[in-house]
Amino acid sequence: METTVNAEALIQIKYALRRENFALDVDLDLPLRGIAGLFGASGAGKTSLLRCIAGLERPATGKLVVAGDVWQDNSSNTWRAVHQRDIGYVFQEPRLFAHLDVHGNIEFGLRRREHNGAPDIDHIIGLLGLERLLTRRIDELSGGEAQRVAIARALLCAPRFVLMDEPLASLDQKRKDDILPFLDRLRTEAEVPIIYVSHNIDEICRLCDYLVVLDDGRVVADGALQSVLVRMDVPLLSGEQAGSVIQGTAKSYDENDDLTCLHFSGGNLWVPGKANVDGAILRLRIRANDVSLCRTKPEQSTILNIVPAIVEAIQPDQGPSMLVRLVLGADRIVARVTRRSIRELDLQEGEEVFAQIKSVAVRHS
Amino acid sequence: MNADTLFEPLWLSVQLAGITTVVLMIVATPIAWWLAQSSSRWKPVVQTTVALPIVLPPTVLGFYLLIVLGPGGAIGSWWVELTGTALTFSFAGLVIASCLYSLPFAVQPLVVAFESLGQRNLEAAWTLGASRTDAFFSVALPLSVRGYLSAIALSFANTLGEFGVVLMVGGNIPGETRVISIAIYDQVESLNYSSAHQLSAVLLVVAFIALFAMFFINRRWKQR
Repeated sequence: METTVNAEALIQIKYALRRENFALDVDLDLPLRGIAGLFGASGAGKTSLLRCIAGLERPATGKLVVAGDVWQDNSSNTWRAVHQRDIGYVFQEPRLFAHLDVHGNIEFGLRRREHNGAPDIDHIIGLLGLERLLTRRIDELSGGEAQRVAIARALLCAPRFVLMDEPLASLDQKRKDDILPFLDRLRTEAEVPIIYVSHNIDEICRLCDYLVVLDDGRVVADGALQSVLVRMDVPLLSGEQAGSVIQGTAKSYDENDDLTCLHFSGGNLWVPGKANVDGAILRLRIRANDVSLCRTKPEQSTILNIVPAIVEAIQPDQGPSMLVRLVLGADRIVARVTRRSIRELDLQEGEEVFAQIKSVAVRHS
Repeated sequence: MNADTLFEPLWLSVQLAGITTVVLMIVATPIAWWLAQSSSRWKPVVQTTVALPIVLPPTVLGFYLLIVLGPGGAIGSWWVELTGTALTFSFAGLVIASCLYSLPFAVQPLVVAFESLGQRNLEAAWTLGASRTDAFFSVALPLSVRGYLSAIALSFANTLGEFGVVLMVGGNIPGETRVISIAIYDQVESLNYSSAHQLSAVLLVVAFIALFAMFFINRRWKQR
């Protein structure tokens, strides 16, 4: 999907930052809409890049242009201090101010930024489920609650965009599961662009529309989430992490078997449970490990979803595995199979096969 | 012993300690902030200078102050030009001397408070639109209240009990420089032990109350 380059809708980033045993060298345009994920192993420079954008870090050479406004340009000595950049920042830890209650924390940024059209406080408070917490003291909040307050605080200073630095990393799985639905709602309901740093591919696939893969301080891949995920030449997106995201809509619900039929460009998929059959666009995540291949359509199989596909590319993966990129209608997914299977089936690029899809994760898009 | 010989020195001491504490909070805050934030190579020099009054005999500090503040000294002569009176053997001179003498007791608790505050809260405040000054007053200061309580109590109590510096710089002028510790010394010298007892008891109680208040408030703060 080619998008027209329009500086109004972009964050243009060009940084070179040297530290003792780390270098960041980035030249990147990010879309100013939806959620852009910065993905990479720890130490890849994700947090450094985020801190540079916020102005918390001052790279020796750099240029940052947000929707046409120059925030930093060393060639013309332009530098906007942190508090003059209309951003929101959610840190790994909540960093709430202990001398203020929840309401005081939420109001902190609100009072300090000029707003064109005040942000709807009640809407954001509702979005993050904070109605009952407003008068609480900070030390009375659970980890998950505190992080939700931190997110609301960042959103309520009416930023052009919000930077989130692994906002779930310090939480256990249960708390993560508590917050993820709120982030889902942010994506669909609060129209503020977010740059979301994570080393967790599941979070990225669930939340992001755009994906930047960082490795050792450099951008190794960037583009629309769906197209970057199926690139296969990005080591960070292989192995257990490999998978793809496609879009579909819910068509019908089978009450007897409690299954929903989803439609996508390559056919239909059955998924457990009831999805909204209101025509909303859904995001379907298919892990490469959950896809297997057959030459002929299996007549008797417990796997419900068997769709015709064309092999587009085959590439070695880690260990005994290979990654196979498949074209299904207008969509692409990735399968992870063994080298031996490829040899025994004598699978070649361009051939028609059947993809058996064992499981699909469904989210609102 | 009449009421004046008891209350005049006590009142003078309380005034001196109160004014000194107020001045110190204003002076010590930027010093402590700089010490907590800076990684300058001058930092150890400043740290050492600020801490000197703890180890220096008060008479040594008092002797140098006497010279500097005296009508012939750098600051003293300037003061004479400005006001027509000498700094030495005056209340104003005592305030300056007390500020120097108690400086480490004000700076140290504040440095500890500012250091434990760390950069994290400040960074969060900046990203929420607060300038550096704004962030200091709206986040750093209120989060350092306990450090300020300690600094106030220690500065006050320390100034209340100072003797050597006061004697060197201020002498023993009733109503002007005769603070309670000097008055006690005076009474003992004249063998008025009962007056010395009364004054000492008052000082003991006041010092106890000041420190107790600090620990008590501190504990309440922790439980909150």
